[in-house]
Amino acid sequence: MAQPSTISPVPLLRDELDIVIPTIRNLDFLEMWRPFFQPYHLIIVQDGDPSKTIKVPEGFDYELYNRNDINRILGPKSSCISFKDSACRCFGYMVSKKKYIYTIDDDCFVAKDPSGKDINALEQHIKNLLSPSTPFFFNTLYDPYRNGADFVRGYPFSLREGAPTAVSHGLWLNIPDYDAPTQLVKPLERNTRYVDAIMTIPKGTLFPMCGMNLAFNRELIGPAMYFGLMGDGQPIGRYDDMWAGWCTKVICDHLGLGVKTGLPYIWHSKASNPFVNLKKEYKGIYWQEELIPFFQSVTLPKDCTTVQQCYIEISKQVKAKLSKVDDYFSKLADAMVTWIEAWDELNPSGAKSAEVPNGASK
Amino acid sequence: MRTPSCLLPLTLDSAVLNLSNITDLSPLPDHILIELFLRTLRAGKLTERVLKLFIATGKDEVFSLIQELNIQVTVNPVLPTRTLNSDLTSFMNAWRPIFSRFHLIIVKDLDLKEEIKIPEGFNLDVYEKPDIDRLVGTSTSIIFSGYACRYFGYLVSRKKYIISVDDDCLPAKDNKGFLVDAVSQHITNLTTPATPFFFNTLYDPFTEGADFVRGYPFSLRSGVTCVLSCGLWHNLADYDAPTQALKPEERNSRYVDAVLTVPARTLMPISGINIAFNRDVVGPALLPCLRLAAEGKFRWETMEDIWSGMCVKVICDHLRLGVKTGLPYVWRNDRGDAIASLRKEWEGVKMMEEVVPFFQSLRLPQEATTAEDCVVEVANAVKEKLGSKDPVFARTAKAMLDWVKLWKSVGGCSSSPGA
Repeated sequence: MAQPSTISPVPLLRDELDIVIPTIRNLDFLEMWRPFFQPYHLIIVQDGDPSKTIKVPEGFDYELYNRNDINRILGPKSSCISFKDSACRCFGYMVSKKKYIYTIDDDCFVAKDPSGKDINALEQHIKNLLSPSTPFFFNTLYDPYRNGADFVRGYPFSLREGAPTAVSHGLWLNIPDYDAPTQLVKPLERNTRYVDAIMTIPKGTLFPMCGMNLAFNRELIGPAMYFGLMGDGQPIGRYDDMWAGWCTKVICDHLGLGVKTGLPYIWHSKASNPFVNLKKEYKGIYWQEELIPFFQSVTLPKDCTTVQQCYIEISKQVKAKLSKVDDYFSKLADAMVTWIEAWDELNPSGAKSAEVPNGASK
Repeated sequence: MRTPSCLLPLTLDSAVLNLSNITDLSPLPDHILIELFLRTLRAGKLTERVLKLFIATGKDEVFSLIQELNIQVTVNPVLPTRTLNSDLTSFMNAWRPIFSRFHLIIVKDLDLKEEIKIPEGFNLDVYEKPDIDRLVGTSTSIIFSGYACRYFGYLVSRKKYIISVDDDCLPAKDNKGFLVDAVSQHITNLTTPATPFFFNTLYDPFTEGADFVRGYPFSLRSGVTCVLSCGLWHNLADYDAPTQALKPEERNSRYVDAVLTVPARTLMPISGINIAFNRDVVGPALLPCLRLAAEGKFRWETMEDIWSGMCVKVICDHLRLGVKTGLPYVWRNDRGDAIASLRKEWEGVKMMEEVVPFFQSLRLPQEATTAEDCVVEVANAVKEKLGSKDPVFARTAKAMLDWVKLWKSVGGCSSSPGA
């Protein structure tokens, strides 16, 4: 059963967490986040023109990578990192040496909770990642480990220890994460509803993972967070995080890891151009009708006990089953393998490998 | 985008909320009367009594509106009485603004000896032991006592939607301090689609101010019919005895402003304290069949609703129907001593360890296309796979078959195949 609530401070995890930010413009938004982000190391992935200098506000500890750096570090393997798309952020995951990652878009600001208080999104993500998930049975009072809540009557006691949390998916107030058709139909809709809940997405259920306000345990699931081939020279955009989310969820389900969604909220300030988005998403809207049944039916063999093994297995199935949808998926499958090779090169297994102690699925 | 509020719309909204106290509408000017009529209709509050009020004004425009529109009251709150207190006066008066416009079915627990007291002004039917005996006979193994008495109400209702609330619950307040109309919220949940095949991170996409997020497949956006709506509880949450004993001071005060669909193949504990369902489609699947040996009079001494909920969810998943959870909240009064309950055997708690894996692996055959067929299949599986583990399961399986027979004979026409 859930621990009796104690008001202990949330650990900062200052030396165990990196904040990964993709950017093409500037990082002015960091000023607003300074009270919450300043203790942490930032990894900035600069997309677009590498000759441009990105100004980072004073006082932040950071490393910055532009396209030239990516090419230098990965050599020929850099082909798996997208260009002209925020998908390039996953390079930051690969190059980090920390246990946890928080990634945020540069048009996301500090939101306020209903009492008017500034929300420390990073602190909430840390809380989410450090407390268990409950993927095997749904708790109607949502997160049972939260202050003021618990497991409800009928929740089996054998499942009350929960599963380790691999991903914490936060939400957005103001501009909601809609696709282009919805944006075109409802250009003025703003998300004003503050839903005071965190919940585990049940095992066997897929969801659309948005990369705008996302944290994860890099040791548990890092290699699955490949954001695909998007943007320049690719037939599709704005599906990077979706692709990573589906792969991640399938692997989490297989390895018995949890994915949470809900709090914290950030304030999303910039509505992208729906016509530009429509062009990028167009193929994706058709392709996802094939992709969803594909991911819903993926099964991973029992002997896939590491994230890398699971990921390579998925890439094989992508190549086998999705190439007929479009040749793009054949290239994507290759890129997935390249990504894992690059990951393993930069993160040799002398260091912690992404293996779960009791790896087999329930 | 909200237009600035002014006095007239605010007054009309207030009038709609207080219709139960209005006895004469004739002083209203025509245009205000019509506007009130339309708002009443939209809010789902046009009952026979209120309709008569409008008709009594004698205004032509009202008559022509009534003729044009097809008005039906299809909701039936079912209220079981609790054995410790036969006086329903304070409960019903608290719910009066919300319940008064509906037909109520009150079912008296067989074990309750005293006369029940009900205040005036409600449109209701009361069923007691003699009625139950007469309609059901004695040949069935179903016993409509304790919390199970409400299922008799489900059996005899002829309405499409049923709402059931424990009688130690009162209307709750939302995060702005307004009284929650639990009935209205349940109806909204049941009359908008559910989305069990893919999770929407902004929760209910059909609610105002929300939608499907980027990455949600378009082919899944029309959703499926929602047939069960599970509400939540403020103050005394539905915890089991060990949890409540460990945290005696804990009270649920968090208002989570969301309704969400429980994904397909995901199971959860469905509490009977505050639920609503589509009787036409899944009526037979809500069943009073699991009775613990030490079944008690407090919620944490029973599992009948949890068992019923497992059956309903598996059946809904099979028939591709939706189940929602979240709003509305009700306020649940403090009652009972969790520690005293701990002394009873934790039969129900131990039982869940067997029950959950059973339901998680249960698959029903293609040929079962109605709720009754599905209940029979589940009952057979219970007998086969759980019957040997504990005699309570063999009894439950038999009770489930008896329930289907009862439903067919007393429950009116059989349920429609999954809508």
